Amino acid sequence: MLKGYLEKLGRSAGEFVDTAGLISLMLFQTVVLAFTPPVKFRNIFKQMEFVGVQSLFVVILTGAFTGMVLALQSFNALKRFGAESLVGPTVALSMARELGPVLAGLMVTGRAGSAMATELGTMRVTEQIDAMVTMAVNPVKYLVVPRVIAGVLMFPLLAIITDFVGVVGGYLVGVKLLGINSGVYIGRTIDFVQIDDIFAGLYKATVFGLITALVACFNGFYASGGAEGVGKAATSSVVMASVMILVSDYLMSSFMV
Amino acid sequence: MGMIKISGLKKAFGRKQVLDGVNLEIEKGKITVILGRSGEGKSVLLKHIIGLLRPDEGRILLDGQEISSMSERDFNEVRKRFGMLFQGAALFDSMTVGGNVGFPLKEHTDLADADIMKVVSEKLKRVGLVGVEDMMPSELSGGMKKRVGLARAIVMDPEIVLFDEPTTGLDPIMSDSIADLVLDTQRSLKTTYILITHDIPFTYKIADKIAMLHEGRIIEQGTIDEMKKNQNPVVRQFLEGRAEGPIKVY
Ligand SMILES: Nc1ncnc2c1ncn2[C@@H]1O[C@H](COP(=O)(O)OP(=O)(O)OP(=O)(O)O)[C@@H](O)[C@H]1O
Ligand SMILES: [Mg+2]
Repeated sequence: MLKGYLEKLGRSAGEFVDTAGLISLMLFQTVVLAFTPPVKFRNIFKQMEFVGVQSLFVVILTGAFTGMVLALQSFNALKRFGAESLVGPTVALSMARELGPVLAGLMVTGRAGSAMATELGTMRVTEQIDAMVTMAVNPVKYLVVPRVIAGVLMFPLLAIITDFVGVVGGYLVGVKLLGINSGVYIGRTIDFVQIDDIFAGLYKATVFGLITALVACFNGFYASGGAEGVGKAATSSVVMASVMILVSDYLMSSFMV
Repeated sequence: MGMIKISGLKKAFGRKQVLDGVNLEIEKGKITVILGRSGEGKSVLLKHIIGLLRPDEGRILLDGQEISSMSERDFNEVRKRFGMLFQGAALFDSMTVGGNVGFPLKEHTDLADADIMKVVSEKLKRVGLVGVEDMMPSELSGGMKKRVGLARAIVMDPEIVLFDEPTTGLDPIMSDSIADLVLDTQRSLKTTYILITHDIPFTYKIADKIAMLHEGRIIEQGTIDEMKKNQNPVVRQFLEGRAEGPIKVY
């Protein structure tokens, strides 16, 4: 009983080490190959379009409702101290430092990360990746590098958009619905929010982009076992990336305060 | 002289010993056909030759140089001499037919897009396909996919071509024209062919040498005439396509 449990624990610890090793190796290869000419601009743009442009709608929706609910909740809390004028900065700071990058990251992981894992997984199990290898084309360079570059470049952009939409949403609720003075709302926001706050969020978003793309590519690349395996790759890439986003968010926040 | 020399090749997946000491020489400019029952490891053998799989034991020499232990980077140079058709065609489903066939040219030559398309159309025509360049693989029939895969495998005019079941899923007329294509390129470009097939008429039309893979080894090999005379009951049963014999259908 205990032995069986320990064995299972040992096996999953072993798997964890294997996975961590393989991901690190893929990261290393990706970085080296990203700086090795020729650069595949066309593939990179295609992925940027996929990760960025096609995520706009989700991210705008997420940002708007988050900003709106933040304004509502913080108004209720701050009213008790007579500090309604701080709703603006509260919304803006929460969005910029935390919620913009994290929520955009999680949403885009669900959308683009799972799609990347599915696409690469399908290519793996139908031998398209093998075919690429036989044509002397490095599949990491051709498939993984453009996706990781797109993730790293587009996530910060999506986070900025989320921040902005969130602030606008917060303004609408705070000023139009709850009746905070417009000038006070904007003035206070400008007083309190610094450029560093926005950058703090962007650094995070960059890391989340790397995590999402790399984890998705990794799961797809090493998928096996037909359609079922592809499904598993998609699921585990979303779970893995989401957990890693939340954990790394905490770690980065604790370094950046 | 053997251009490719396989010796003592062993490969197991888990507990299953698939290849158990394969010895085989492939001659330059000749057409070698590998026969064997389904699941015997023919595809696995082919994947070892092009370095998609690495042997557990044994070696593969190409022009006297050991390739089976090469680093991935060195092997990539070697792979430029090869073309391969996968059993399931393995077309890139995010690219058009033209994009698929032109892919190796795009990656490894400086040809302009228009010139690439010219070569692509010419190769597609050789496998009996006209005007399909802009179709997506998902719009093709099984046999058409196979032929697009064939065109892609030969688009760079490689020295060595590996075909995994090139005629499976093709009608007899198309099979025969694939046989002509193989013979043509062999004659004009001195291409070395290694083919896997279950198609006996096709084999009799093209093979310079037939090798029979059975229980993880090459049990018999020879020219068509030698194999026709071969008295090994496994070979006889296979070539005559009988259910009764030493090979059991479980
Ligand atoms: N990547 C792999 N992992 C595990 N087992 C494998 C793998 N590739 C092949 N096998 C096993 O090796 C054996 C031989 O497979 P292979 O595809 O080479 O057969 P084959 O001779 O090409 O058959 P067919 O004529 O049906 O294509 C099979 O039992 C298969 O299950
Ligand atoms: Mg096979």
